[in-house]
Amino acid sequence: MLSYIAKRLIAGLITIWFIATATFIAMHLVPGDPLMNQKAVSAEIRLNLERKYGLNKPVVEQYFIFMGNMLRGDFGISYTQQNRKVNDIIKDHFPVSATLGILAVFFAALGGILWGAITAIYRNRLPDIVIMFLVILGISVPSFVFAALGQLLLVNINQFAGQSIIPVAGWGSLSHMLMPSMVLGLGTMALLTRLMRSSMLDVVNEDYIKTAKAKGLSPLRIFFKHQLRNAILPVITVLGPQIAAITTGGFVVELVFAIPGLGRYFVQAVQQLDYTVIMGTTVFYGAFLVLMVIVVDILYGFIDPRVRLQ
Amino acid sequence: MNTILPFLFTVILLLHSHHCLAEAADFETQTVKLALNQEPPQLNGMKATDQVSVMVLGHIMEGLTRYDRRGRIIPGVAERWEVNDEEATFWLRPNAKWSNGETVTAHDFVFAWRTTLTPSTASEYAFILYAIKNAEAINQGKLAPEELGVEALDDFTLKVELERPTAYFSKLTAFVSYFPIQEKFYKSRLDRYAADASDLIFNGAFAMTDWVHSASIKLKKNPHYWNRDKIKLNAIEADYITADTRARLNLFIDNKIIFTRLDGETYQDALTRKFRIRSFSTGSVFFIEYNHRPDRITANLLLRQAIQAVYNADEFVNKVLATPGNLRGESLFPVWLDGTEEKFRTEYPAPRLEPDTDLGRRLLNQAKSQLGVTQLPPLVLLVGDSPTAAKQAEYLQGLLKSKLNLDIKIDIQTFKQRLAKMTSGDFDLVGAGWGPDFDDIMTFGDLFASWNLNNRGRYNNPDYDRFVRTAMNSSIPKVRMDAMAELQRIVHEDAVILPLYEQGVIYLLHPKVKGVVRNVVGSDPDFTYARVVQ
Repeated sequence: MLSYIAKRLIAGLITIWFIATATFIAMHLVPGDPLMNQKAVSAEIRLNLERKYGLNKPVVEQYFIFMGNMLRGDFGISYTQQNRKVNDIIKDHFPVSATLGILAVFFAALGGILWGAITAIYRNRLPDIVIMFLVILGISVPSFVFAALGQLLLVNINQFAGQSIIPVAGWGSLSHMLMPSMVLGLGTMALLTRLMRSSMLDVVNEDYIKTAKAKGLSPLRIFFKHQLRNAILPVITVLGPQIAAITTGGFVVELVFAIPGLGRYFVQAVQQLDYTVIMGTTVFYGAFLVLMVIVVDILYGFIDPRVRLQ
Repeated sequence: MNTILPFLFTVILLLHSHHCLAEAADFETQTVKLALNQEPPQLNGMKATDQVSVMVLGHIMEGLTRYDRRGRIIPGVAERWEVNDEEATFWLRPNAKWSNGETVTAHDFVFAWRTTLTPSTASEYAFILYAIKNAEAINQGKLAPEELGVEALDDFTLKVELERPTAYFSKLTAFVSYFPIQEKFYKSRLDRYAADASDLIFNGAFAMTDWVHSASIKLKKNPHYWNRDKIKLNAIEADYITADTRARLNLFIDNKIIFTRLDGETYQDALTRKFRIRSFSTGSVFFIEYNHRPDRITANLLLRQAIQAVYNADEFVNKVLATPGNLRGESLFPVWLDGTEEKFRTEYPAPRLEPDTDLGRRLLNQAKSQLGVTQLPPLVLLVGDSPTAAKQAEYLQGLLKSKLNLDIKIDIQTFKQRLAKMTSGDFDLVGAGWGPDFDDIMTFGDLFASWNLNNRGRYNNPDYDRFVRTAMNSSIPKVRMDAMAELQRIVHEDAVILPLYEQGVIYLLHPKVKGVVRNVVGSDPDFTYARVVQ
């Protein structure tokens, strides 16, 4: 088991190095000039800015300087917020995105497993048809639509109540987090529902289910003890990467609900060609994703003893 | 589910602190709440360039002068001043204090200005200090910062030598780049200066007590501010930071914020909800800039005149922009600029353009024969990546196709890439705009001077340059305005740009909040003198 984890970790480090290098190359290939702003600056000021960020050096040298700093855990200073370190940006805003993401995944997993199981049990009957219709909606409607609708719903609830009972935007208490995390989790919930459904359907016809029925176990016990436990594995597989995807993909939801997450830095940095923030957030998220995949691999062993044996 | 819902509901109610339920405007505490459309990227006045930073800075800092409710220059840190062709003297009030209780002195200005101009500071707005003697040379590293023509005669007298006659110097000193910085404090922070609320000290009407990045900024009335008796608000709390106009409208509907700007989409919603919609002219002019580089087809005057002849300003303002407050584009100089006695545009009216398709076609045919072609290649129209920019570009594409049979290729680019293409000249037409940096006509006038780096179409006309110099080197209003009128004429006759519109924005304001000032130059919107009524 230990050597297995070690192997996975080394592969993970190589992946992160690859992500960093690919991002570095892609970022420098993107047309546009990170130091250019609305007001044109003189050649002298331009040179000073280039010196400040080391852009006057050849790109290959910049790459090695960046890699060296990255090994020491230093991503440099943001281009757009010239007195903030990228490390501080990640430190300040990632916990917000992570909280939102974990809540969203919690909603998604809970809903996905529940709806998936129900659709499988009521296969081709009304609950299945209704839920699967909603799932298709959930997958095809982009999150900004859900975000806008969700916020409008909150506004209307408050208007109906005649006072603000639930905040329509902002960050701070759990009541701020409910709607955005549900909206953020919808797509994943739909995905997990489909996954859970097909995996449940596979399990339903297995011999051991028949055995359990023959033994005279109660349907509820069969469901929880035999069906759910066996069907949930594929869901766990995608859950890890989904956590990473949700925490990174919250840009729109963060914007609509005015949430100070890392997602908006991640997206805006690309728009503004903020080199240091692009590198910092991408490498950080890349590492996070890799870590999540490794965690899932390890979790497998606990859920399915067969994986441990191999 | 039946048991979960009421449970969740109770949890929500329990989790609510009273604070986050507070209303947008509170009479008892004189507190107003806002949403900012972005995190202020730079609250170091020496380096701030964007609107949000300038807006916040305008509340927490004060220059030698400031703008009053009607947009006139009034005393700030300086009690009085004198400006002549060679120099300016400012007498500072002895009771102007920093938020740490120390006195704001003339040395704080000397330090700030020298530091802004020091090349290693790399201030993008350093050019605005070039009115001071030796400023440009210092900024280019040719002279030491100590050579700057500014001197603190004593703690309360600041003497400024001018590079050239600058009649509007007292207006410049209201701008963020001219704000004072206390040397002692700055040196205790250096690179961290202005990174957080604790890395700033204030001499303005408000002090920042709390700044959670990308989440909230809280300002409290500054007890050390010299004019504190005139300040009614006790707190300005920006509890939300989001660029989403719809989210801000929702917050406004929910009575969580007192102010929000509307766009074309949210305008319709605000109308439906019967809110009072206010409009404000931002003072910016938007135009199509031509590429005047000699190898470009748009260097041809007749072609530019043909486009000018068919442009329909009324249709653009009413049908394409379709929100209130925008004005027809007629000149490089917007209507709000002062002339000698009255507004410049009243004294020197811009030629009024009426669309004339026949004239346009004639001019285009002449252009074709001049260029020796029967059909012009498609022209590249470079625009930004906002939905509004795309809509405007598509209108112009349709217009030029139907009126002149000109093919337009729209090139949509992100902000940075558009700037890069503008600077390298990779376009025929580009959607551009210009907003004023200071309250003088020169902020627009020198835009197309051959030496101006913002003249990205590389327009080069010795006559234009000559009139700019005439105006620059004179402090006599008539001489300056006559020169500006010549510039207005050249811009029209030479079709240097195609003025599209003068920007107006629409916004909502809480009915119980009075005294909010909209400024064309500097901090906008300005809540300094605002108050909540019952």
